[in-house]
Amino acid sequence: MSKQDLELVSVTKQYGATVAVDAISYRFKPDSYTCLLGPSGCGKSSTLRMIAGHETVSDGSILLAGRDISHLPPAKRGTAMMFQNYALFPHLSVLDNVAFSLKMKGTETAKRHAQAREMLDLVDLTNLADRLPDQLSGGQQQRVALARALITRPQVLLLDEPLSALDPFLRVRMRAELRKLQKELGISFIHVTHGQDEALALADDIIVMNNAVIEQAGPARDVFNTPQTRFVAQFMGGHNVIALPTGHFAVRADAVSVTEPAKGSVAGNVTAVEYQGTHVSLSARITGDQEVLALIPDATFFANPHHPGDQIGLHWDANDQHKLTA
Amino acid sequence: MVSPLVAVLLIFLVLPIVLIVIVSFWRATEFSIIPAFEFDNYAFLFGSPVTYTVFLNTFKYALITWAFTLLIGFTVAYYLAFHIRSLTWQIALFLLCTIPFWTSNIIRMISWIPFLGRNGIANATLISWGVIDEPIEWLLFSDFAVILAFVHLYTLFMVVPIFNTMMRIDKSLIEAARDAGANGAQILWNVIIPLTKPGIMIGTIFVVTLVMGDFITVRFMSGSQSANVGRLISNEIALLQYPSASATAIVLLVTVLITIGILLRFVDIRKEL
Repeated sequence: MSKQDLELVSVTKQYGATVAVDAISYRFKPDSYTCLLGPSGCGKSSTLRMIAGHETVSDGSILLAGRDISHLPPAKRGTAMMFQNYALFPHLSVLDNVAFSLKMKGTETAKRHAQAREMLDLVDLTNLADRLPDQLSGGQQQRVALARALITRPQVLLLDEPLSALDPFLRVRMRAELRKLQKELGISFIHVTHGQDEALALADDIIVMNNAVIEQAGPARDVFNTPQTRFVAQFMGGHNVIALPTGHFAVRADAVSVTEPAKGSVAGNVTAVEYQGTHVSLSARITGDQEVLALIPDATFFANPHHPGDQIGLHWDANDQHKLTA
Repeated sequence: MVSPLVAVLLIFLVLPIVLIVIVSFWRATEFSIIPAFEFDNYAFLFGSPVTYTVFLNTFKYALITWAFTLLIGFTVAYYLAFHIRSLTWQIALFLLCTIPFWTSNIIRMISWIPFLGRNGIANATLISWGVIDEPIEWLLFSDFAVILAFVHLYTLFMVVPIFNTMMRIDKSLIEAARDAGANGAQILWNVIIPLTKPGIMIGTIFVVTLVMGDFITVRFMSGSQSANVGRLISNEIALLQYPSASATAIVLLVTVLITIGILLRFVDIRKEL
């Protein structure tokens, strides 16, 4: 076991009669970027807060570097958390915000300010050290929060929907920075999000949660390419879930091609065509009243365009068809 | 064209104060009041050692009452805001705090008298427990009684603004502080108190102005044995010495304004208003 291994052992969280997290077990890869992905209320935030120590564990244990941290106070765990709204102290300057944990430890002023400046250097905010959080933009506030979390030298950094408060443009930029920072620091990041694009862009591993349990976990590419359940296929997007006599299958929309009615795997009736720039998205109704979506490269489509009402065949490779277990 | 609200303010707020200012320069004899513009009233006021004693006493009451109301008010507000989890209970307990305010100030004050008197409940209980042999004399008609009544009357004016400010503190700030390794006392000192300062300041202004302007509590609870500026003014009015009462009132008003001005230099309360 690596020294930075984080492991969940049938961790459970109950609020009265409701089970928010139901006996989940998972071993995080060391020094990796992991995303906890799922819809709201799936238990991903509770899981993160339990790892951070801001929520008690109802049952099970959390192990970090071989020791049970489930009942330790947050600051003794070797984790640090970055909060969704950043939770910067509004009455403290950027420098004092970053130095806060050192102050709590009793480090003398000059020393803690020097360390805080180093951290601000890491996130490129040295020139804003004397500002108050109110005077910063969303992206700058986030970097302060990041610096404040990192100054405790955590083994694992926990990020609770860190990008959700930013505008879309900044979100894309910040996620690149997060990824870069994780690589530089060589520590594990665990990032909670409900956006699958964010998870795919950032994560080495994705844990998809739903209804208090892990639906599927694994490398980002595996989770996207070979969803195991209907939920994962639908949540990750870009997939058709098709019911065939032999069971339910997931087929990526861009793996579906359009052919002559007789030549395809199934025959269908075009219901909608939408031009999306690089692709054309074509919906067709097939037997059993099912909608199938095909994403066709625009050049291919316009070489042989179709219109709503056309009879077509839809084709995909048997390799692209993944059986779903549930 | 003066808008109605400005007219209301002028007639009911500005005009009375202007009148008091004007009257404070009038001349008074034992049997008449003569319109004039002279500084005799002020000269007498500042020349009399009684004035300084009484002002000092007023400040003493204000300071001690402030310290106790702050301590109690902060504790109550802290308990309501951070220890009571459900909003329903918070509101219920908060309303409970306000129940004493449904009766008049004077009734609440007077109800202390049978409790604190020489043969009152407090003394009787202590004697029956054997804690004391003879009734404690200073429970009633003393500075102790005055301050007790002030604290009882005005603690809620501390609780309300502090509770209000505390409820606006983002709970994730406390988690963030705990995440950074702060213990309970450190969170209180480094996060909650700094963020509650505006509320403390508003409560302080309430309590200080109320105590400095009071006269009836001091009269009842001290058994007319102590004086503050309010009593000075009320005595002068009783003697129909309106000009000197006005002058005292103006000096008190200016003193209170300066006090508040000094307080406001410490904390910016604009965000709260």
